[in-house]
Amino acid sequence: MTSVPPARHLLRAKDLVDARYREPLDVPTLARAAHVSPAHFSREFRRAFGETPHQYLLTRRMERAAALLRNTDRTVADICLTVGLRSIGSFTTSFGRTFGLSPTAYRAAHPPATDRARIPTCVLLAHARPQSSSFREDSRMQPG
Amino acid sequence: MLKNLTNVQVWVHDQDEALAFYTEKLGMELRDDVTVPEMGNFRWLTVGVPGQPDVALTLMAVPGPPVFDADTRDQIKALMAKGAAGGLFFSTEDCQTSYEELKSRGVEFQQEPMEQPYGVDAGFRDTSGNQMRMVQLK
Repeated sequence: MTSVPPARHLLRAKDLVDARYREPLDVPTLARAAHVSPAHFSREFRRAFGETPHQYLLTRRMERAAALLRNTDRTVADICLTVGLRSIGSFTTSFGRTFGLSPTAYRAAHPPATDRARIPTCVLLAHARPQSSSFREDSRMQPG
Repeated sequence: MLKNLTNVQVWVHDQDEALAFYTEKLGMELRDDVTVPEMGNFRWLTVGVPGQPDVALTLMAVPGPPVFDADTRDQIKALMAKGAAGGLFFSTEDCQTSYEELKSRGVEFQQEPMEQPYGVDAGFRDTSGNQMRMVQLK
């Protein structure tokens, strides 16, 4: 049997974020899924996927919140709790920083994509996740 | 002009492991398993969904030299392990029942069955990290 690349285990932590972003996930839980010690986990995750697990979790929550704003009529407070965030104030701040609009303004500006084409949700989920701000910092640091 | 899609290639980390997963866990049938000694023991391994005889999945081991240099091979393997080497979409009659059956066989699910605008779908991975989806269309 060919030995398993370490990234295959890290992928399990990434999948765990996608499956359980509603819960208060912490580093030890994610590190356990990835078979990596908590001390090394964030660095290894970032090496594999280009962002920290915290950034991945937050942007997943932002993506899910944006999808719920587009596709449902649920309240902002309800959506905030549904995506695993406890404070509506910090949710609104993170959302504004991510999408440049308040949750309610975002909702008004974006009708559901599924009105236009039958795109599988997993594709929307992968492509609609916002970039975390450190992506831009990373690209600034790279030559060219 | 083109007539039918017949084979879809899936990179796999280990062909024996993949064969066991696709047949024993996903319930596919073995179609071809041919090893060619004069081609460096190249193994043409295909499986398919029972009842759909004209489309097969080719479970392809990532080759090293002379097909790919070692760096290229390692890059593909790394991408696969990170879930970045593509995926497959299946249909199912009953997503919830299929989910329970596959889960009981040890398939790793990324997403439990969820209502979507187009039906019910669920997501899982093969042993190599490739993304798999099944959808029960409305």
